[in-house]
Amino acid sequence: MNAFLEAFAWIADPAHWSGPDGIPTRVAEHLGYTGLTVLIAVLIAVTLGLYIGHTGRWRGISIGATGALRALPTLGLLTYLAIAFGFGIRLALIPTVIVLVVLAIPPLLAGAYSGIESVDPRTVDAARSMGMTEWQILWKVEVPLALPLIIGGIRSAVLQVVATATVAAYISLGGLGRYIIDALPVRDYTKVLVGALLVTLLALVLEGILILIQRLTVPAGVRAIRTAAPLRTSRKSTRVPVAPTGTSGQMAKQHTPTQ
Amino acid sequence: MTWVLANLEQIWGLTVDHILLSILPIIGGFVLAVPIGWLAHRYSLSRGILLTVCGLLYTIPSLALIVAMPTVLGTQILNPANLIVTLTIYAIALMVRTATDAFDAVSKDVAQSATAVGFGGWRRFWQVELPLAGPVLLAGLRVVSTSTVSLVTLGALVGMSGLGYLFTDGYQRNFPTEILTGIVGTVLIAVVFDALLVLIGRMLLPWARVDAAARRDARSARTKAVAA
Repeated sequence: MNAFLEAFAWIADPAHWSGPDGIPTRVAEHLGYTGLTVLIAVLIAVTLGLYIGHTGRWRGISIGATGALRALPTLGLLTYLAIAFGFGIRLALIPTVIVLVVLAIPPLLAGAYSGIESVDPRTVDAARSMGMTEWQILWKVEVPLALPLIIGGIRSAVLQVVATATVAAYISLGGLGRYIIDALPVRDYTKVLVGALLVTLLALVLEGILILIQRLTVPAGVRAIRTAAPLRTSRKSTRVPVAPTGTSGQMAKQHTPTQ
Repeated sequence: MTWVLANLEQIWGLTVDHILLSILPIIGGFVLAVPIGWLAHRYSLSRGILLTVCGLLYTIPSLALIVAMPTVLGTQILNPANLIVTLTIYAIALMVRTATDAFDAVSKDVAQSATAVGFGGWRRFWQVELPLAGPVLLAGLRVVSTSTVSLVTLGALVGMSGLGYLFTDGYQRNFPTEILTGIVGTVLIAVVFDALLVLIGRMLLPWARVDAAARRDARSARTKAVAA
């Protein structure tokens, strides 16, 4: 445990709070890669997920594809892209962002299409019978109801990207991974631990913020249902066939989006 | 291809190491996560605590955990135990949520019927709840298996064996073929593990393929585990 004290002392040292290898710079770099990646990945995966969820097309393929993407080892893809193309080393940001986007797509896609799928089909039918266009149904009915699950997908994508952006330091990029990658060969285990602690802290803070956002995005209507029917009852009745259409499991999912 | 053929022996050795390093966390994580998941399912107090702890553990970045392990365990940095313990923690963190859902999905009526015809708590768990939770447990285990096989490669950054070695070595030698070999090998191991799990599932849970509800539960569990 003494090692942890040394690591905390290192972090508390004012000398490590400025300059190109200072903590603020490294944190900013780390957040920069994460933000850029998640932005690109959201544009690709959430759009695709909304389409799949709304139309029900390509669902089987997308489940298979997201599973396959997860099998790709990040470090392998990163090092391969870095040296297989001429620009890889000079512009280390490009292979890094590609790899992190690939990593972020599965949770985003899964969150988006399972979110749309979790909307009660009767609600969608009701919206359609009121004369809403498909576009209106998507944006005014399905997306608001699916928002907690979509944000849930963004949350886990952010966490995975923050965790993995550490590896970017291996192909000479900055970020908090620098502390770990630089210190390992010279056996400076205090600095390695500092890197590990800071990345963990960053992940926990982002997780907290995103959980808060997820809570806030639950539509008022859904929140009212939840207060009326306590969580426990809805979970127990998961498999009781209450509705002829759709699955009661989907309804239960609506009540517990944070899981 | 010539490089692969010339170095087949080394690649095979790394593959075997990779398989050994992945199997322990996958099996260990599953065996430990099922009772924890059952506890979380059974008591609402433990549910909140256990699921929160697992959520927090899952938040810790994998590389951070691997490099912090020697300090926590008091092991040497090159000890494979660092990687195995880290990946087991991950497997548990991911699997407990799925296991809790799996036991939740077992129909209350069926569990009560079992009690009514005289099943004690222990027998009910082994003969009723566990088999019925099987399809969802399997779905979670498949996700755990895939991500564990992929995460083992990170061990190469701290000098661990496994196919990840081909990544760091290939990068330092500026040799893409070597890295590509490692990627293909890792994906192959993941695919073979997945196929084995599906096969085991078909043998142990023959009803899961015909039971539409079980299939639906398993599918949504997989989506959820990926989104988690």
